[in-house]
Amino acid sequence: MAKKISLIFILIAFLFTSAAMAASPKMGGTLVFGRGGDSVGLDPAYETDGNSFLVCDNIYEALVGYADESTALEPGLAESWEISSDGKKYTFQLRKGVTFHDGTPFNANAVVFSIGRMMKTPNVKFVGKEWKIPPQERPPEYWVSMEMDDTIGSIEAVSEYKVVFNLKRVEAPFLANMGMDFADIISPTAFMKNPKEFLRNPVGTGPYKFFQWIRDDRIVLVKNAKYWDKKGGPYLDKIVFRAIPENSVRFLELKTGNIHICQFPNPADIDLARKDANLNLPTQPGMNIGYLSFNHTKEPWKSNLNLRKAIAHAINRKAIVDNIYQGMGQVAKNPIPPTMWGYNTSVPGYKYDLELAKEYMAKAGFPEGKGLGEITLWSMPVPRPYNPEGQKIGVAMAADLKKLGITARIVSYDWGTYLKRQREQPEDMDLFQLGWTGDNGDPDNFLAVLFDGLASSSVRTQWHSEAYHNYMLMGKQTVDQAKRTKIYEDALQLLYDECPVIPIAHSTVIWPSQKKVMNFKLHPTGSVRMKNVWLDK
Amino acid sequence: MLSYILRRILILIPTLLGVSIIVFLMLQAMPGDPAELLLGERATDKALFEIREHLGLNEPLYVQYGLFLKRLMKGDLGETIWTRQKVWTEVKQRFPATIELAVVALFIACFFGVILGIISATRQYSLFDYISMLGALAGVSMPIFWLGLVFMLIFSVNLGWLPLSGRLSIDVDLQIITNFYVLDAVLTRNWVALKDVLWHIIMPAVTLSTIPMAIVARMTRSAMLDVLRQDYIKTAKAKGLSQFKVVFKHALRNALIPVVTTIGLQFGVTLGGAILTETIFAWPGVGKWMYDAVMQRDYMVIQGGTLLIATLFVVINLCVDVLYAIINPRISVN
Repeated sequence: MAKKISLIFILIAFLFTSAAMAASPKMGGTLVFGRGGDSVGLDPAYETDGNSFLVCDNIYEALVGYADESTALEPGLAESWEISSDGKKYTFQLRKGVTFHDGTPFNANAVVFSIGRMMKTPNVKFVGKEWKIPPQERPPEYWVSMEMDDTIGSIEAVSEYKVVFNLKRVEAPFLANMGMDFADIISPTAFMKNPKEFLRNPVGTGPYKFFQWIRDDRIVLVKNAKYWDKKGGPYLDKIVFRAIPENSVRFLELKTGNIHICQFPNPADIDLARKDANLNLPTQPGMNIGYLSFNHTKEPWKSNLNLRKAIAHAINRKAIVDNIYQGMGQVAKNPIPPTMWGYNTSVPGYKYDLELAKEYMAKAGFPEGKGLGEITLWSMPVPRPYNPEGQKIGVAMAADLKKLGITARIVSYDWGTYLKRQREQPEDMDLFQLGWTGDNGDPDNFLAVLFDGLASSSVRTQWHSEAYHNYMLMGKQTVDQAKRTKIYEDALQLLYDECPVIPIAHSTVIWPSQKKVMNFKLHPTGSVRMKNVWLDK
Repeated sequence: MLSYILRRILILIPTLLGVSIIVFLMLQAMPGDPAELLLGERATDKALFEIREHLGLNEPLYVQYGLFLKRLMKGDLGETIWTRQKVWTEVKQRFPATIELAVVALFIACFFGVILGIISATRQYSLFDYISMLGALAGVSMPIFWLGLVFMLIFSVNLGWLPLSGRLSIDVDLQIITNFYVLDAVLTRNWVALKDVLWHIIMPAVTLSTIPMAIVARMTRSAMLDVLRQDYIKTAKAKGLSQFKVVFKHALRNALIPVVTTIGLQFGVTLGGAILTETIFAWPGVGKWMYDAVMQRDYMVIQGGTLLIATLFVVINLCVDVLYAIINPRISVN
């Protein structure tokens, strides 16, 4: 009997040990990440495409970082920071004992150099050794489009591990902006060796080092054995980012075990992946919005609120999400994603109600669509992360509007022309589809950029509302997040009431992976962080 | 002969100048703007202006073309808009992949196409003739995209014989010298890599070869049929020569003139088909690169790439003309 009991104990102990072993990270292995295209370059200041950033995410780090599966800010290369009472001075205390992959020590000068090189006229101060910032090869697109030259006045290294950013104006999203890829810190030594070639020879402080790039084929990163953060990874020996342009081929490569993670599979393949015992389905609600808006520079859209509301209630957004997003999305109530702070849960969203829509049409002065004439509905020619098939969505919307008595003609151009003409708000545009993928998890990055037409003529939705503009200004100039949350909730209520835009859907990102890929999490910003990922052999 | 070749090479200069003007004007007529595409939804007036200024797109057309020509005179094809790299460097990285694929595909097409054509012609209206010509018809009609996926499902997913996509396995090391992987593997005596590279090239090359193979087979068949009806063939047969000698020594050489012309033209078809083949098989060549450049309005890549392809065409045509003289000495290059 005693023998039996001890045998059971041994068995239980063995089971526990093996379970613990399975759960504990294993070192080594090569992970192959299959993606749709190659990176353009690997200098974070100058890139604009997701395929470049997802490699940069593992080579570089910024002063602040985002939490694992949200955009909550946490210390990165800066251990801590202080904001002056007037909100115009940010002091960052930097981490000690960090070195770049080329052995250059990370310090305040590296921060001043990395960020200062993007300023049109660098207003920077180094401590000790001065770095001469070379002239820009081309305008750093993110820096320019986020108008950072209008935000940052000067950057000063006050000691070896302390940096001060003096702002020209109060800019509450500044800290969130500092977590974005363009604000990654690079090795000044590596950059100065050959500034023109740095984008092909990247050097940062991240958990993986650049090793090889075969154009349009693969980028290989290897483990940074001297990584400063001893908690967790890097566990893998190598990461290979393989470019496999065709979605179905990429998925076949995953099914046959040649790659470990498959970026952006065809929606039709998701079901196959679900049925495959060897695959996992990491899923993340995308930080994005696909919307339909009006040409607010012309009548009747500019001032006829009832007409806008009639259209909002006539569009069957659930049918669009079910059939065209193929379930990989959720109907939007607000034009910011529900995972973002500031989201207004009390906004009901425009429900699909044809009778109500008809009532609004009558109130608008166009009963059964009479008197409105044919309108144009601009539909996107290319799939975007927030809108899988603009033209199909356009057809569905036109069919919905037909039920109201509105004849909508679908209009489309090639993508560049679409973007260009849409910005010009031409007379022949009535309704247009567009969308946005968030950069930093701050509501300002959606609400001000997309809908505050009074702030700039570059805002895609040229809706002019004094009340809304004031909310956006307050949001930028208030540092306290609780107060900002209230401001954005109120702004979202105003958007709902005034209906300058019809939020359609937030898409969901699903990237199937092999079961042996452990701890891989999708991030709302779309970044791919492999630091804590490991392979179960 | 030498002066002829030299003359043809000199003709290249006005040809390329004409091509460059046409491509430049077509690009200007094409809607879309690289700056808009670079910035996407987040474009602001200021950012757009700065990028256009940097790229020289705010200059008048004749200035832009003049600058392009000035660079070209120095042998500089300019810098790509997206990757900020010299177009020539990008060409050197990608052209070998496409040439390697096109050469293997063309070799398969010629070898099997000519053999099928000869057998069909010598056994006209036989079962073999019907089957091979039906196959040729199918080869011309089948979309490369579909065929590539079918090959993948059969030979990679189900049978596991060939790799699905790419040029080289992840776990195989190869020292890249010329970017022609077959050559690099031979130069470095890396036989493991050579086997891997050849394994990778089979499926895309066969896919790419189907259309040219079908056309070559049909052309060889009809040219052979014409020649086989000639009196001198009857004489050769009457003299008691073997069927093999009659076909290969007397008939084939004369039938080859239109076939060689077809093969020369098929090189262009192969390069065109490479866009699709490279996309399906994740083959890092020039076809996919040019396609992306058109979609992204990367003017420098389109101009540089087109010039190179035009040069290649002229050279291929020249080779075809020289081959005529070698195959049939009655034809004088002059």
